[in-house]
Amino acid sequence: MSFLLDKMKKMEPLFEKGGRLEKLRSVYNGFATFLYVPDKVTTRGAHIRDYMDMKRTMIIVVIALIPALLFGSYNIGLQHTRAFGIVDWSLMQMFWFGFLKILPLIIVSYVTGLGIEFIAAQIRGHEINEGYLVTGMLIPLIMPIDVPLWMLAVSVAFAVIIGKEIFGGTGMNILNPALTARAFLFFSYPAWMSGDTVWIEGLTKGGAIDAFSGATPLAVVKLDGIGQLPSAMEMFIGTIPGSVGETSVIAILIGALILLVTGVGSWRIMLSMTLGALGMGLLLNLTGGNEYTQIPAYYHLIMGGFAFGAVFMATDPVSAAQTNTGKYIYGTLTGILVVIIRVFNPAYPEGTMLAILLMNVMAPLIDHYVVQANIRRRVKRVRTA
Amino acid sequence: MEKVEKEPLFSAKYRKLLTNPLGQDNPITVQVLGICSALAVTVKMNPAIVMAISVMVVLAVSNVVIASLRKMIPGRIRIIVQLVVIATMVIIVDQFLKAFAFDISKHLSVFVGLIITNCIIMGRLEAFAMANKPWPAFLDGLGNAWGYGWILIIVSFFREFLGSGSVMGFPVMEKIGVYNFGYEDNGMMILPPMALITVGLIIWVQRSRNKTLIEENK
Repeated sequence: MSFLLDKMKKMEPLFEKGGRLEKLRSVYNGFATFLYVPDKVTTRGAHIRDYMDMKRTMIIVVIALIPALLFGSYNIGLQHTRAFGIVDWSLMQMFWFGFLKILPLIIVSYVTGLGIEFIAAQIRGHEINEGYLVTGMLIPLIMPIDVPLWMLAVSVAFAVIIGKEIFGGTGMNILNPALTARAFLFFSYPAWMSGDTVWIEGLTKGGAIDAFSGATPLAVVKLDGIGQLPSAMEMFIGTIPGSVGETSVIAILIGALILLVTGVGSWRIMLSMTLGALGMGLLLNLTGGNEYTQIPAYYHLIMGGFAFGAVFMATDPVSAAQTNTGKYIYGTLTGILVVIIRVFNPAYPEGTMLAILLMNVMAPLIDHYVVQANIRRRVKRVRTA
Repeated sequence: MEKVEKEPLFSAKYRKLLTNPLGQDNPITVQVLGICSALAVTVKMNPAIVMAISVMVVLAVSNVVIASLRKMIPGRIRIIVQLVVIATMVIIVDQFLKAFAFDISKHLSVFVGLIITNCIIMGRLEAFAMANKPWPAFLDGLGNAWGYGWILIIVSFFREFLGSGSVMGFPVMEKIGVYNFGYEDNGMMILPPMALITVGLIIWVQRSRNKTLIEENK
């Protein structure tokens, strides 16, 4: 490894002020700090520095996503064999089939997104933001596998430019960029984001065996009624049609464990969002109303993108609430909204995306009131003392 | 008695009345007025163009009328008088469209009637016509309506081109044949939020070219 370090050190003067490649300084910095811990030494002021800078935080999230990615690859293969009546594929074959299908999505997502990030950093003279490392991984995981690549590229461009760069880049965005990309795709090309063919590789071109439906559980409820749902165990393990990374609750829980142990993800948001959805589900079970209210409350946690959203999307440190009390409010309301949208709005089977985006917008307001309440309480304490 | 000024019809001052609203004093992108109709009528280009012309007629004529009457209008009821003038003009335009361009009139539906509530028109009458002579008021009306109209036309161009794949009803995308390569029209461009985002992008471009428009951080 020291060979690489020597090489980078040798190249450094090129990028310094007055160097030949001065314009590409942020690119050099991006790569150098990506590979090695920054060698900056503080000369005065606070000397305690944490190695856990943004790059390392982001890398941990990417690692936490790997179980979902691996299972997603396997599931793509599995669903493909089911849809086309293939019986003789081994587990590895299914996995490789799925992995090769998802690879183009990942590449397109990273190339488009990082390309725009690099250009934006050069124009502004900023350092390159690491935020896209996670976003670029999240986006393929929340897409249907059959989505055309150019649509993916357009939605990534929209999410990075309109969702993030306009507000000033990583750390300034109001909305979660990955969900912005998905929402853009959902509203722009609805035919590719819902229905019963896009979730399974190759099915949009037809040719499935008879009587096969590739609908996700959430769509199954709308189309065929609750009785036709896959079993809870199947939905928990994740052998169901759906976006690439969202189907397996087990894989997502492994990711959640990694995030919680390292302290990167907020347990407050995950817990309160789960409780919010569970509570709202139970309440609707009691009150009734339409037939969707009869979906067992815990089904909401394992259907669709809820688990993925709660672990990886709602906990986004930039767009979520920042205060601890605010996180409870934010999480609970998101959970409640997910269930409300799923149950009461037939046009949008998946409520997780819209609920999180809506609460992203509300998060600064929640924080504002939490902070103000705290100030009022302390002012009162000073006065009475 | 007012002093009679001798000023050529298109002096530099008067020309400014026409050109300022196109750019640095644009009613939509700078004053952020008349946004509501910019969302509603910009799905296709043809209605947007008709809308732009209608607003131009209404604004120019009401400006002239109010400017001619400005000394007779009692200050207390001036808003009502302005409204009566605007409403008269809007009804005339609406009837005219119904008679000669029924399809587009149907497409624009209530939005022709809603020109009455367009903030730009009330704003110009109140801010300019009440204090100026008919000729500058006429130029000011034309300028502002055109400033409003050309933003409308730009927004509707992008929304129609990307959302429906056509320009002024001509199916460009189909003629090029991009659909055969898997291209699809963007459904979101037809939804009202995209009009706001498009206007936002125009504001972005405009402010990055004209730094004086950027507000200071408070």
